[in-house]
Amino acid sequence: MNWTWFYKLGSPKWFYDTANKLLPWFLWLGVLMLVVGTVWGLAFAPQDYQQGNSFRIIYLHVPSAILAQSCYMMMAVAAVISLVWKMKLADMFIASAAPIGAAFTFLALFTGAVWGKPTWGTWWVWDARLTAMLVLLFLYFGVIALRSALENIDLASRASAILVLVGVVNIPIIKYSVEWWNTLHQPATFTLTEKPAMPPEMWVPLLVMVIGMYCFFTAVALMRIKNEILLRERRTKWVQTIISEDIKR
Amino acid sequence: MNNKGNSEQGLFSVLGVVLKREFLSAYRSRQELANPLVFFIIVIVLFPLGVSPEPDFLSKAAAGLVWVAALLATMLSLDRLFQSDYDDGSLEQLVLCAQPLYLIVLVKSLIHWSLTGLPLVLLSPFLAIMLHLEVQHIPVLMLTLLMGTPVISLIGGIGAALTVSLRSGGILISLLVLPLTIPVLIFGTGTVQSSIDGLSVAGHFSIMGMMLALALTLSPFAIAAALKISVSD
Repeated sequence: MNWTWFYKLGSPKWFYDTANKLLPWFLWLGVLMLVVGTVWGLAFAPQDYQQGNSFRIIYLHVPSAILAQSCYMMMAVAAVISLVWKMKLADMFIASAAPIGAAFTFLALFTGAVWGKPTWGTWWVWDARLTAMLVLLFLYFGVIALRSALENIDLASRASAILVLVGVVNIPIIKYSVEWWNTLHQPATFTLTEKPAMPPEMWVPLLVMVIGMYCFFTAVALMRIKNEILLRERRTKWVQTIISEDIKR
Repeated sequence: MNNKGNSEQGLFSVLGVVLKREFLSAYRSRQELANPLVFFIIVIVLFPLGVSPEPDFLSKAAAGLVWVAALLATMLSLDRLFQSDYDDGSLEQLVLCAQPLYLIVLVKSLIHWSLTGLPLVLLSPFLAIMLHLEVQHIPVLMLTLLMGTPVISLIGGIGAALTVSLRSGGILISLLVLPLTIPVLIFGTGTVQSSIDGLSVAGHFSIMGMMLALALTLSPFAIAAALKISVSD
């Protein structure tokens, strides 16, 4: 297998140029899919026979919950890469993705609370999945806080990589312990192995939203990584050329 | 003497030195050891005053209150774990030492537990009685604390090691560590709850034992790695 692409990731300049090329595709594809998915889900998908229209918040709730969890997994992969290969870009990803992941987690919790009110009759219950998401939010906050407390960027990158890995070892334990502790939430809507229990008119727009959300996440992460690159490589010639050209314009 | 014998002797003599030094420095700062215990008692006293002194409420909440207070008291003691060693440079010597850092930090964490966690376990029956927990459940509570507080010390050691280079790591340690200790809290209080409900506690204790085994084997790796990073700065 050809590994040159992987080594190229070690070059911030190469990544910056590639990110510039990829960014508009992910951004516009993401926006398009989110708009299509939202309109489809909110206006055209059939009503739920039990929950009526209130179920439609699923089109925001489930994609953000999926992103919240997979963002942490991506950060864990980046943490391994950052510790093993000392790749700056992996650390830049952790730095950029942590606030996005926290935002998605908050969005999932908030939409969940809004959805819980009409269906369960309460904004918040101490249920396993809700609690696990809340803990995930704290894990994101921990990573953000540790990074901002350590001023030395090298120290911050290695310390936060370890923290992310410790968190990822703990996530299954937290998940199962809260599940045995208390459960009210319905099981996951999408699993890779089974067909969803919903009719296609309902889950196809949801799938569009999920993919759109992934594209949107990628676009935002690329933007933030570009900023990280400019900030950390500000002493290199190519960054200074970009900045001076930008000022001239 | 051959080389192998030398290095083995070296390991145990280093661990012996670490052990002796920890207990000596703890003995010389006795007040600092007492502070988390006093804090533990005060936090528990606040609940009957702040929420309700009704025996009905207290006996239901007792296990949770003791556990949460123990968790918070351990958090307070954590920034002492590596701080003074970092300040006087002996932490660097431990990291540079030829013996595996894994074992040294394991010993250090266990000593930390024996000086903070163990006294909490020994104090807990008195507080449990004050909280009207029925007498037959007190041994269960003590056993959960005995198995759970080392886990907290070991996970907390990771947070302490990551933040040791900071001037004020205290609140940051709690922010990093508390979410990771939630499973211990859930099963610690869950065990006592099942005992109160008259259910079998064997399953709960097995899970607590699993968490203790995982913490004993995995967290010294993370602590050692974090210390190496903090010292390299």
